Amino acid sequence: MPDTEMRLSDAETGAPMVVIGLDERAGLPDLQMRLRELGFMEGEPVCVLRRGQPGGEPLAVRIGASTFALRRIEAACVRVASRQVK
Amino acid sequence: MTAIPIDSRRLTPPTLALVGNPNCGKTALFNLLTGSHQKVANYAGVTVERKEGWLRTPAGKRLAVLDLPGTYSLAPNSPDEQVTCDVLAGRLPGERRPDLVLAVVDATQLARQLRLVLGLRRLGLPLVVVLNMTDLARARGVDVDVEALSRALGVPVVSTVAVRGGGADALFRLLDAALPPVALAASAGSVVDDYRQVKDILTTLGLDRVPAHAFTDRADRVLLHPLAGPMLLFALLFLIFQAVFAWAEAPMGWIESATALLGDFVGSVLPDGLLRSLLTDGLIAGLGGVLVFLPQIVILFFFILLLEESGYLPRAAFLLDRLMGGVGLSGRAFIPLLSSFACAIPGIMATRTIQNPRDRWVTIMIAPLMTCSARLPVYALLIGAFIPARRVAGGLELQGLVLFALYLAGIVSAVLVAWLLKRLGSKDRQHTLLMELPDYHWPSLRNLAIGLWQRVLIFLQRVGGIILALTVLLWFMASFPGAPADFAGAPIEYSFAGRLGHFLLPLFEPIGFNWQIAVALVPGMAAREVAVSALGTVYALSATADDTAQALVPLIVAGWSLPTALSLLAWYVFAPQCLSTLATVRRETGGWSAPLLMAGYLFALAYAASFVTYRIALACCT
Repeated sequence: MPDTEMRLSDAETGAPMVVIGLDERAGLPDLQMRLRELGFMEGEPVCVLRRGQPGGEPLAVRIGASTFALRRIEAACVRVASRQVK
Repeated sequence: MTAIPIDSRRLTPPTLALVGNPNCGKTALFNLLTGSHQKVANYAGVTVERKEGWLRTPAGKRLAVLDLPGTYSLAPNSPDEQVTCDVLAGRLPGERRPDLVLAVVDATQLARQLRLVLGLRRLGLPLVVVLNMTDLARARGVDVDVEALSRALGVPVVSTVAVRGGGADALFRLLDAALPPVALAASAGSVVDDYRQVKDILTTLGLDRVPAHAFTDRADRVLLHPLAGPMLLFALLFLIFQAVFAWAEAPMGWIESATALLGDFVGSVLPDGLLRSLLTDGLIAGLGGVLVFLPQIVILFFFILLLEESGYLPRAAFLLDRLMGGVGLSGRAFIPLLSSFACAIPGIMATRTIQNPRDRWVTIMIAPLMTCSARLPVYALLIGAFIPARRVAGGLELQGLVLFALYLAGIVSAVLVAWLLKRLGSKDRQHTLLMELPDYHWPSLRNLAIGLWQRVLIFLQRVGGIILALTVLLWFMASFPGAPADFAGAPIEYSFAGRLGHFLLPLFEPIGFNWQIAVALVPGMAAREVAVSALGTVYALSATADDTAQALVPLIVAGWSLPTALSLLAWYVFAPQCLSTLATVRRETGGWSAPLLMAGYLFALAYAASFVTYRIALACCT
């Protein structure tokens, strides 16, 4: 049974997630392409490691073996679902 | 007459281009390959500047090595990535297409980095993959089978440990062999195809599960902590400014004594006359006054390089992103702005990594408000002369504290200017960050040493070049025309420089400057630190003929009031006069409006700040 989808920006800090897909966003051309180049691909494990303060921004996101800093608006383009930890 | 055929291959050695993701150890490999044989354009921005070097292989083959800006893909997203792509395609005017590409790959980040290798393979240029940081990968349980990887990719793969010397033997052997033939152009791959292909390769080789760097995760828990992180960052910056003063004290003393000895020696050997005046008043007083700040510049750069090498800088950008976002800047602007503390020129050039044109424009506009190292001599002179060297609350150096406050004043004004520009600009912009937080690693002494040496060279070239020329010119202007015998004041007041100073005086008198300062500000337009050597020359020539070798500090302590000194310090927080910065802004923005606006607003701020400082100090002192 597939878990409920959510945006990466709404994912709980430290919760293991998996990338379901990427959305286009007006005002941020090429963002989707760029995220893909950095490894945000369908099926990749992803996790929000920590959030900056105040306002929970920016996000430090683990994808593959790399860590990237994203603003919320960027993370909102990534659709994710909860991942079962084996 | 027959034309002599020129074999162009003999004139220009084959060029080898280093390409790789940012933070893959590319610059360390470049240092390892070329050693001291590097040619860095005048201002070395680590990732944006064009760096070329050369190497001779053990068999004697000479190769040129080009260190291209780091890129995540061959679809450029920013001006510096564009440079890499254009050079590789042979599209950049004045730049030869490389003969061989070295794809530098961090062995701990294979998945992301091999996708770039697939893109490079499609270029049709000979390609060698250099597997970097294999020791770090092994420590994390990732043992890469180099031969298997080479077979899977269809290109030669060599393994190096670039950060330590001696790791490049296999690479040298390969370069000595004939350049490998052009790789077969694979099918035009999409991002998705490349992703699948790399995943297949890594799964086959058993490399698809790389554990995260445990130390980085542990360190980030503290360094990126919402509360501890910013406090540590602030403490670190504070420590740097304290060190700039405390550590430099002894070596500065040595340079001062050496200058004084040399001045006395020349003064005693040469007969009184123009030549003696040129050497002691012009060159030794002028250049010695600037050279004395070399230790402080070395210490400042040591810390900047250390932060850069260790991987801490992007964390600082992470911590400051909210703050920068609040005033309409991207967190990415942090790195160009930090570089501007060394010099605004590499800082402005480093803004090429900012994709959003307006973010980039605002960052360029506020870059000169970051206190550059050329202002350090001026601050150091005035603080050393007017601020008592004593400890205040908690054992802090008062002088270091004042220096920190001056740097802080620049930062606060930058925040205000950026905020103002944001209010004036459109409000519907989206700010992007999307920045890698690379794993921490120990900075290598070798890379630190090479980086520091380049900075020292640049400083010495400035001292030997433009500062020398301006010092001689100023000495000339301050010595001629000679005053008639019945002239009442010091002879310098009769000279061109003296008249210029008196001409400018009405403009600067309201902010407490005397005519000597007004004279020194003029050559300071070409290089800010010249203001110090200019003061050295002006005061050396103002003194009575007997005591020419006298140091500058006692002269200005005797001649200036405290409000004047504080006013000049405030002026230099904004220091509108730096022609090379304005020229760089013109080149980077492609027009005159940005440099003119910048010069105008900086001058207005400098004048206002000096006026307020002078008036307040005057009211307090009387």
